[in-house]
Amino acid sequence: MPHQLNIVYFAWVKERLGRDQEIVVCPEAVQTIGELVAHLLDMDAVYQAVFSDLKKLRFALDQDFVGLEAPLGNAKELAIFPPVTGG
Amino acid sequence: MIKITVMEGDFDAGAEIKNLGALGGGAVASFVGQVRGDGDLAALELEHYPAMTEKSLRKIADKASKKWTLRGITIIHRVGRLQVGEQIVLASACSDHRQAAIEACSYMMDQLKTVAPFWKKEIGQDGSENWVEERQSDIEAATSWYD
Repeated sequence: MPHQLNIVYFAWVKERLGRDQEIVVCPEAVQTIGELVAHLLDMDAVYQAVFSDLKKLRFALDQDFVGLEAPLGNAKELAIFPPVTGG
Repeated sequence: MIKITVMEGDFDAGAEIKNLGALGGGAVASFVGQVRGDGDLAALELEHYPAMTEKSLRKIADKASKKWTLRGITIIHRVGRLQVGEQIVLASACSDHRQAAIEACSYMMDQLKTVAPFWKKEIGQDGSENWVEERQSDIEAATSWYD
């Protein structure tokens, strides 16, 4: 069964994409965060301007920081945002 | 006792410190961060990831509790629009002797800067907007605790 994932965006990632969240259906072949990002880039040019420099992005899967190599597993929510700047 | 609060409104740092002190330790250390009046900065807009923020702050407090013997921890972080001079964050710890409280406080702020999901946008007096970028010195400060 294809994996359905809620993606949430924050800060300039949200502003540049013009959306704060969306539901994405991951094809079977998409197993990791990196593969999902590649899939999004293939799907729509809007992602290219925002995801062009992956070093400027951070990822949290079900509210825990993960790297691009992390498996999506059965996660419900992926967050994509710039490095944090609180405090 | 660990108290974590994320809110738009202001906090009373004195009252928070007093509450921690009431836990009976010999030392309370605290840090208050506020909006610095840089150049033509009018305000900061603090955004966060509500589903992750408290979880992330609690994890920082839990780690501090394991590294030092503490009687209590309070972390308060504000979100929304904050004018120059307004308080943003409070990190405070209570321990039997001063060193643990001071170190825990410093550790929590260093971690908060690099792992808690907050983002600052600078609003200029002319209405201009600029997302604050991460600082290398913050990353180095956070990782120095593992040396």
